[in-house]
Amino acid sequence: MKNFKKYLAPIVLSCATATATSVQAGEVEVLHWWTSGGEAASVAVLKDLLEKQGHSWKDFAVAGGGGESAMTVLKSRAVSGNPPAAAQIKGLDIQEWADLGLLTNLDPVAKQGNWDNLLPKVVSDVMKSDGHYVAVPVNVHRVNWLWANPEVFKKAGVGIPNSWEEFSTAADAIQKAGFIPLAHGGQAWQDATLFEAVALGMGGSDFYRKAFVTHDMDTLKSPKMVDIFKTFKGLRKYIDKDSAGRDWNIATNMVINGKAAMQVMGDWAKGEFVAAGKKAGVDFACLPAPGTSGQYTFNIDSFAMFKLNDAENAKAQNALAKTIMEPAFQETFNLNKGSIPVRSGMSREKFDSCADASMDAFNAAAATGDLVPSMAHGMSTTSYIQGAIYDVVTNFFNDDSLSAEDAVNRLAQAVKAAM
Amino acid sequence: MVNTHMAQRSWGFWINRGIIHALLIAAALFYLLPLVVMLLTSFKTMGDIRAGNLISLPAEFVIEPWIKAWSSACTGVKCEGVGSYFFNSVQIVVPAVLISTAVGAINGYVLTKWRFRGSELFFGLLLFGCFIPFQVVLLPMAQTLGWLGLANTTAGLVLVHVAYGVAFTTLFFRNFYVNIPSELVKAAQLDGAGFFRIFWRILLPISGPIIVVTIIWQTTQIWNDFLFGVVYGSGDTQPITVALNNLVNTSTGIKEYNVHMAAAIIAGLPTLLVYVLAGKYFVRGLTAGSVKG
Amino acid sequence: MSAEEPLQAAKQSGGLLQRMEHWIPKMVVAPTFIMMLVFIYGYIIWTGVLSATNSRFLPSYSFVGGLQYEKLFDNPRWETAYTNLGLFGGLFILICLIIGVMMAILLDQKIRREGVLRTIYLYPMALSFIVTGTAWKWMLNPGLGLEKLVRDMGFENFSFDWIVDPDMAIYTLVIAAVWQSSGFVMAMFLAGLRGIDNSIIQAAQMDGASMPRIYWRIIVPSLRPVFFSAFIILSHIAIKSFDLVMAMTGGGPGYATDLPATFMYAHSFTRSSIGLGAASAMLMLGGVLAILIPYLYSELRGTRNG
Repeated sequence: MKNFKKYLAPIVLSCATATATSVQAGEVEVLHWWTSGGEAASVAVLKDLLEKQGHSWKDFAVAGGGGESAMTVLKSRAVSGNPPAAAQIKGLDIQEWADLGLLTNLDPVAKQGNWDNLLPKVVSDVMKSDGHYVAVPVNVHRVNWLWANPEVFKKAGVGIPNSWEEFSTAADAIQKAGFIPLAHGGQAWQDATLFEAVALGMGGSDFYRKAFVTHDMDTLKSPKMVDIFKTFKGLRKYIDKDSAGRDWNIATNMVINGKAAMQVMGDWAKGEFVAAGKKAGVDFACLPAPGTSGQYTFNIDSFAMFKLNDAENAKAQNALAKTIMEPAFQETFNLNKGSIPVRSGMSREKFDSCADASMDAFNAAAATGDLVPSMAHGMSTTSYIQGAIYDVVTNFFNDDSLSAEDAVNRLAQAVKAAM
Repeated sequence: MVNTHMAQRSWGFWINRGIIHALLIAAALFYLLPLVVMLLTSFKTMGDIRAGNLISLPAEFVIEPWIKAWSSACTGVKCEGVGSYFFNSVQIVVPAVLISTAVGAINGYVLTKWRFRGSELFFGLLLFGCFIPFQVVLLPMAQTLGWLGLANTTAGLVLVHVAYGVAFTTLFFRNFYVNIPSELVKAAQLDGAGFFRIFWRILLPISGPIIVVTIIWQTTQIWNDFLFGVVYGSGDTQPITVALNNLVNTSTGIKEYNVHMAAAIIAGLPTLLVYVLAGKYFVRGLTAGSVKG
Repeated sequence: MSAEEPLQAAKQSGGLLQRMEHWIPKMVVAPTFIMMLVFIYGYIIWTGVLSATNSRFLPSYSFVGGLQYEKLFDNPRWETAYTNLGLFGGLFILICLIIGVMMAILLDQKIRREGVLRTIYLYPMALSFIVTGTAWKWMLNPGLGLEKLVRDMGFENFSFDWIVDPDMAIYTLVIAAVWQSSGFVMAMFLAGLRGIDNSIIQAAQMDGASMPRIYWRIIVPSLRPVFFSAFIILSHIAIKSFDLVMAMTGGGPGYATDLPATFMYAHSFTRSSIGLGAASAMLMLGGVLAILIPYLYSELRGTRNG
């Protein structure tokens, strides 16, 4: 149940690689798990754009489990020699698929679209395998956000916290005032999202990278990590007891309707605020998660393109890849989804203050080396190591009998075993 | 039928009857609770759901959730409810049930009336097959279906369901035919009847009860299957359980519990009907088949 | 079809037809046999091979010996998963059998509305957890379901929050699973009771035995074959419980309600550790084998001569 949030995987079959004159029609089958409101609306945009070019879109949505079911389906389709044209795949998984020789080379489309210059290097690196484009990025999400309901803070008489120390003080006051301080859903990926925010805030970017990208054993076992686990566990008391199994957007709604004060969640949460008719900066506040104001945990959604036998469909696939990178799609899609466009130089006119802040933070963090890949969302490490970290984190968060020291040892052990 | 002691209807007798009835009714309430909750919820408005509790009656009786669930609830970019998937399920269930039942019947016949060396071992191996976790077979089965050219087709799904249903159907028929006196078969043989004629003329006509049991069991299993449906069905051939799962996992802010519950009941309706209508025959069939292990 | 020719004729001609008759039964079960070999045993062997490789994302064939099994035993989550299966499976089968027998006996006391009650007990079997999971999750949720209901009725201190308690959540799975399957077990026992020869019971009554004693000493023991069938069906359900977990707890809180089936699924497909997933599947099958083979053997031998 990890990444339920935002990933769409539209697969496109496009007709014309080179020119926009796509006369013959192909079909693209697109496997994705973007089924909730803002997400579905975003996919619909892509579908329309593609159909306008004369291609047909075969929707293959598999909801639930943050793509767990969708990945199972995709693997069995690939094994049976019948993969869809495009699938919502992200992060290091793209390389895994490419290594198997299943993905198609998008270099011609990329060259024509000048992707190398439009995409930040952190993004294009993820999309490439052996220097060739095999996937198309859709958007960039910032994960380390704190969403707050200012009304609740006013009633509790406290300010929105900027560090994890301040967080406890504020949360205590909020609890006293009769609100739930932290809206959260008890699913492994949400626990991990919260944990990685704490780790980034307390440990800093270098520590974060050593722990979750290069998996340095000394860092994983360090006293700092023990502190992080303790602080993380300390958040438990600010969460209501019904949180087990709750979906992230249900938690977001607790903030929206004033039952809870805050949520630590990526910017896909904004889609829920917007869908509820709330205005950024007025009805809700978006701030960096405590202690991470200069930092940016990124999570990139993308579609990987599979090798196809049918030439018409392959053309449609190229058209899909091209369409995804075009400003028209990037703008509409990201407005719906809460994320920011992957390509630089887009007009910011229609984006709200949260997206604005996200774009600035992205550029600033890239300059200072504070742009880090999200562990909880499969950007920093392979799915097996990610899974091992999930297990330790979620078990520790839910099981009172485990000490922070034991958890840290387990973490190191589990990561080592998974490597 | 087991007799209660009917000799004297004393106080004790009536107290006993009272206790028995109380226990049975209490159990019935427990079993009914989830269905009642689902039904009540499906007729409530969202406001009503928030205001009331599990078993409060709808303040205002609405059927919109049902209409929406059937024809217009959205998943992904499609807003067509679960209605069209209903018929996909029918297309998968009907052939799969018929084939697996027929194969089970003939297997059961061979395993009891035409035993050969190793037939017990064969049955034991088959029975063990009931226990293979389906998650194990997902990838190799996908590969096999790919080789057979059946990937992502309804026929492929039917094959999968037959392959993993035959163990159970064979078990049912074997246990039933074991109780049919072998003399019947021997006598027919002496009269010159062959393998198929004996099956057709002697065994099949008395197999009614066990056929009902097998069909009910298989229909339930296959209709309710989710795992195979999601993995081997493609967009247009997905069964209703997959559509339901997509639906209940799709939410915009608020989970539309009423629509979800209505869709869930729609998805469960055919099997529910089968149990309600054929339940009597089900117990009868079990009676006929379960006296022997 | 030559098989329908009179057997005597075949015997007299002494050759082809008789041999055909001999081969027909085998040919008839051959398709099942082939399907079984491929779809069950072939895949089991394939899984066994994978469990000795370091397959990650998709199957690969570089062998690492018993490494995956070592990893498995070092994995606290696997320990949780198989302990849970023991606890869940044991309780589930036991409770279903007890409830099944008791309700069948109660229902067999000439109850006027038997048909209605029977249908009510039986219907949960008709529904998948994909269907009922949502309702169960809702009823068990402390803030929405039973706890709220009882508190609303004035019992402020009532607490029923097992599903969010890592130590108790597994028992909520037992409750839901028993709800689903016990009615079916009841039907099987009811069928068994209906098949018992009344004269034995009457004879015992003549001897002055009390009803509870007759049930305990004569009737329940004679239901032994039903216990066997029910046990097979229930263990089949317990081992494969997957929808149940996914629909109700998703394995949580934490991974407190993980079962081997969900463990294997997560590792094979989500975690890209197919080797480890295959190893866990093999251990699962081994466990089934260890429990089932002795039981199957003794029961099948008993009925060999039908």
